Amino acid sequence: MSTNVEPSSTRDAPSGFAGGPGSGAAAAAGAAGDRLVAVASGRDVPSELHPEVREETPVLEIDRFNLWYGAKQALHGITMPIPNNKVTALIGPSGCGKSTLLRSVNRLNDLVQSVRITGDMRLNGDSIYDPRMDVIELRKRMGMVFQKPNPFPMSIYENVVYALRIDGETNRAVLDEVCELSLRGAALWDEVKDRLHDSALGLSGGQQQRLCIARAIAAEPEVLLLDEPCSALDPIATGKVEDLIQELRGRYSVLIVTHNMQQASRTSDYTAFMYLGRLIEYGPTTGIFTKPILRETEAYVTGRFG
Amino acid sequence: MSSEHPRPRRRSAHASLTAHGEPWVWLTGGALALSIAMITGLLLFIAARGAATFWPAPLELVEAAAGRRALGEVSAREAARGDAGGRRLLRIANFELTGNHFEWFDDGAISATTRPPWATAVERLEGGRFHGFPVRLLHGTEVVAEGPEATWAAFEREHGPVRRRWRETVRIDKHDRGRLQRELRAARLAVVQAGLDADDDAGRTPAVVAAEAAERETAGRVEAAVALLDERTAALRGQNAGWGLEMETAEGGRKVIPLEAIVRAWQPNRLSFTGKLGVYGSRWGEFLADDPREANSAGGVFPAIWGTVAMTLIMALLVAPFGVLAALYLREYAARGPVTTAVRIAINNLAGVPSIVYGAFGLGFFCYGLGAGIDELFFRASLVADKQPTFGTGGLLWASLTLALLTLPVVIVATEEALSAVPNSMREGSYACGAGKWQTIRRIVLPRALPGIMTGLILAMARGAGEVAPLMLVGVKKLAVDLPIDGTFPFVHPEREFMHLAYLIYDVGFQSPNSQAAQPMVFTITFLLVTIIVLLNVAAIWLRSRLQRRYVAQQF
Repeated sequence: MSTNVEPSSTRDAPSGFAGGPGSGAAAAAGAAGDRLVAVASGRDVPSELHPEVREETPVLEIDRFNLWYGAKQALHGITMPIPNNKVTALIGPSGCGKSTLLRSVNRLNDLVQSVRITGDMRLNGDSIYDPRMDVIELRKRMGMVFQKPNPFPMSIYENVVYALRIDGETNRAVLDEVCELSLRGAALWDEVKDRLHDSALGLSGGQQQRLCIARAIAAEPEVLLLDEPCSALDPIATGKVEDLIQELRGRYSVLIVTHNMQQASRTSDYTAFMYLGRLIEYGPTTGIFTKPILRETEAYVTGRFG
Repeated sequence: MSSEHPRPRRRSAHASLTAHGEPWVWLTGGALALSIAMITGLLLFIAARGAATFWPAPLELVEAAAGRRALGEVSAREAARGDAGGRRLLRIANFELTGNHFEWFDDGAISATTRPPWATAVERLEGGRFHGFPVRLLHGTEVVAEGPEATWAAFEREHGPVRRRWRETVRIDKHDRGRLQRELRAARLAVVQAGLDADDDAGRTPAVVAAEAAERETAGRVEAAVALLDERTAALRGQNAGWGLEMETAEGGRKVIPLEAIVRAWQPNRLSFTGKLGVYGSRWGEFLADDPREANSAGGVFPAIWGTVAMTLIMALLVAPFGVLAALYLREYAARGPVTTAVRIAINNLAGVPSIVYGAFGLGFFCYGLGAGIDELFFRASLVADKQPTFGTGGLLWASLTLALLTLPVVIVATEEALSAVPNSMREGSYACGAGKWQTIRRIVLPRALPGIMTGLILAMARGAGEVAPLMLVGVKKLAVDLPIDGTFPFVHPEREFMHLAYLIYDVGFQSPNSQAAQPMVFTITFLLVTIIVLLNVAAIWLRSRLQRRYVAQQF
């Protein structure tokens, strides 16, 4: 029902990129581009999952998930478990569907009128796409941080406790405690503790993004969804956010979309490589980056295309 | 990369005027300057003419051909043209003696012009102005003072108390007597209502008997109170009676003007600048705070100011929720499709409907439709007894509703624009936190859109405050005795008709019997109306900038 969709998600719809990376991949990787060429021409290829991912307890299970924007299919049969209390990164060239997949987890794609879904996802056993599932309750169990920081036009305090307020929490003591914990967790407390009631719009870009992270973790989500959180930030702010993700690892399950492979290798425990709406390979980060099963993955992570 | 045929070196951009864009800068700047000049010119013109009305102009004693003498203010001049010589328009006043308020005098026929120091202009309660020279101050048959100086000193001493006593009688008439009349009427209507409530064949039920007894008791009480008031007013009038100022006109005739009938008097040729400023201030004070006299061409416009402000505020209070809620539904909840598009087109076309059509609709639907229904249900007694509708005729409520309808499209369009301008990233952020649609609208979207909504309201108020045509049909009167919001319970009387400055401009300028005298008044009323609208807009703009700073600014 909304008019404009996030730019990142329209970018992920496989529109003009079918020819580009495909042909570039074929040209640059030579024989290694077999699978990718197959994918580009529309054939289904099986995903390669490393054995380690199957051994982990999953917080989120994606099960044969397909998504269409109108007539164009954006996601093809994605099946992957997201491990609990670990950081999982989704990488891939532009237009491969990573942001679309991320937004499907908390059903933000429901807001786009032309979207059609088959398949399912399960959050700690609860089916996400069950028609009886209350979308609002579902979204309260997850937190999301977007590419461009989007603090609300309120004070910093109100931004952080927003999720609790809409749940009906009015106890000032509870709100204060949650605010401090979340801001500490987002490594922002020391910088803003004296101006909690100033407008959030007055913070710098990096601080705004950390505020959005604080807002996302305030409700103790089961899964934290980060959609390219550093792409709009300068290197120093990026570094701070990456340190933050390191700290969150172990306490939260994080699913992060990034087009920056170095970031993926630095911050994540598991990495999934996607291409044109399909999951190509998925495994522990060290495995993906040093000993990938597929040549196509190796071609991508070593920078030969993408 | 060298080439065998190097291209000729291009001229630098400085040379090309159109590339620089200078003509465009001049064109756009010129258009803006012209617009500002026109607006400022109009406002300055209104302000200059409007503010000058109350300045005491000098009185000139003119001796024309055939021994004709006239004492008056020069209000217009015409230069010599062709064969006709120049002439001047003199406000000679003394309507009951000369038959004219104003008269043209040929410059050539005037033999002498002087400004005698004791020439006095007198503003009267009825009959217009009087110009003359003070001769004597009389009390009954007794001559209290004689000669201009002594008379004037005595006048200044006695006039104040006379005016105070006169104002007291007016107050008694308006408030005290009015209150008693209302009580009597209410008691009478209660009897009629009791009669209507009873069954037809039940005859005089106990309720009717009780109501009749109450009416008799009230009538008795009112009669006694009125007798007391009569005594009081008689006493006051008695004290005022007999005081008179005898004036000599330029022609030599004499007239005694009762002191009670004099609003103010001054000698413009004698007054110092501070004195003139005093007269100016006092006339402005009367204009803003007093009731009108002389068929609206003199006196004050206080009821009209009150009516204009009350109506504009009520109109804004009515249009804001309707417009915002309608726009919210259209933008946030309605599914995109042909129906929504059709509704939007219809709303935009509403803005083009002539305002008199809204007046006709308001009269038909609100007054004769809804109003008649309300009267049947709640105010039947008044209908049956006096044949006087309460809500079934024009009034403040219907006028405000009609103008709210008129300005609704403006508010809806502006609100929709403001809602579209809220970035979608904020909405998604709110949904991602687990907020529902209405929570997102209430907490995020509406505050962010408030400055734009205020813009719509400002435009709506500016448009509504100046509309005359629909008001003429649904509730504005030439002269309204009561204010629509006053001190009597329930304080707001939405069924009363009211006065409005815009209508007053039309009425004073084109319908008054003394149009020459009314002309400066028209400018002054226009000046006042523009000032009020500017003040309302300034208040709204200040509010909008506060909201803007709070919810929108400081974005990187």
